[in-house]
Amino acid sequence: MSADPHIAGLTGPIVHDEIVPARAPWLHHIAAGQTLRIVDLEGNQAVDFLLYATADDAERYSAQDTVAAQGNLFLREGTVLRSNEGRAMMTITASAVDYHDTIGGACSCESNTLRYGHHTKSEHACVENFLEANLLEGRGKRDIVSNINFFMNVPVEADGSLGIVDGISAPGLTVDLRAEMDVTVVVSNCPQINNPCNGFNPTPVRMIVTA
Amino acid sequence: MTAVLSDPSAARAHARSMAGTRVESMPVLPPIADDLPEGVAGADLLWEETIAPGGYATRRLARGTRLRLIDLKGDACAGLQLFNAEMPTERLNVADTVKVQWNGYLGAGKLLLSDMGRVLMSIVEDGAGTHDAFCGTSNAATNAAKYGEGANYSPCPNGRERFLLGAAKHGLGRRDVHPCINLFKGATIAEDGSIVPDVGPFDGGRSVLLRAEMDVIVVIANVPHVLDPRPAYSVTPLRVTAWRGEVTPETDPIRNATPEGQRAFLNVEDYFRR
Repeated sequence: MSADPHIAGLTGPIVHDEIVPARAPWLHHIAAGQTLRIVDLEGNQAVDFLLYATADDAERYSAQDTVAAQGNLFLREGTVLRSNEGRAMMTITASAVDYHDTIGGACSCESNTLRYGHHTKSEHACVENFLEANLLEGRGKRDIVSNINFFMNVPVEADGSLGIVDGISAPGLTVDLRAEMDVTVVVSNCPQINNPCNGFNPTPVRMIVTA
Repeated sequence: MTAVLSDPSAARAHARSMAGTRVESMPVLPPIADDLPEGVAGADLLWEETIAPGGYATRRLARGTRLRLIDLKGDACAGLQLFNAEMPTERLNVADTVKVQWNGYLGAGKLLLSDMGRVLMSIVEDGAGTHDAFCGTSNAATNAAKYGEGANYSPCPNGRERFLLGAAKHGLGRRDVHPCINLFKGATIAEDGSIVPDVGPFDGGRSVLLRAEMDVIVVIANVPHVLDPRPAYSVTPLRVTAWRGEVTPETDPIRNATPEGQRAFLNVEDYFRR
């Protein structure tokens, strides 16, 4: 049997291992000290990502607190993902791509009408996934805030121009996140087909949790 | 003093003797302003208030209302929360604001977009040029680290807890306070992603004029920018003036400046088609 390349470098026993289908939501509870590895199985797949403190889910990931605390917009190895109350929620302990995005937000049916036109209103979108997953635990629209887009590339030019450009990911690339508190992870495996974030072809991702 | 004020009528007289006191930071009721723009009648003035350094204010504004903010002394920072007043689950979405407009820097002509593909407010005039959609505001932990304290009851309140109090006065709570924008204090992004704050202080009197495109709740916190490098809690009063104005017509140049913005206004007009 050949070794599984996607678990290379992970220490500790695997406590969860799941493939999230293309376009699907995912919700999982991760205990403090556990590590989540996200594997971009086929490459160029944006993974839209929110975090809630499991003990008190009014505390949640804050993109603004995260980037202000590190003085940099890009999420890299070593970045501490911070809550709206300034606390460390997870740390990026390893990343096979240089950086990840947290300013581009999530696609929604409504924002799609602005970006591409009203003909896209009926297409599936990340906010639909975020809502569906959050509703399972009593959260709703008020709980959706600016998210992380793992494997997504949003450079900012000198004049402030920005946009989602071609991915910097490739098949099998990974990002590892260590939980600094008990967290609830909510993911949308992005279904967007109108920009390059998924190479115009949404694909599955793999979620591996180690203790 | 204690003995005198133990008599209720004396306490009443003492309290009433304060009437008419004027301080630098306070609301003016009814509102009076001698510097309204040409063509704006005094009778259309809705709100005149100076927000204290470290203070906050909040108000519901009808569609069409103009909101003018003035950085009186050059060191104000207007952190802004925006909600759809009749359905506050709809609120400012900073990510959509920068993504949909293909630009991260705020200025004249830019739209402040909700998470429902609509325009909550637009920036009609910008006399400052230094704003920030990336950094958010301070919280208890950042203020404690920088200033030694940061609670609402301290001399250096943090932005998040100012927003919480403002939002709470509309029945909103911790789940409703969302990523904000900061007016008057800037942040630009270097090629490597580094955030370069531009906190001045600047010349006094710079102003920004916003237009409500929907019925909105605004919460404004006037606290130092979260990346202000100065060790002292540095912020000066912020003047707020609002007046009635016409709903944005279909011929408005800001409405029609970009195809994305035009569709955001179409969505607003669709929402009010009732």
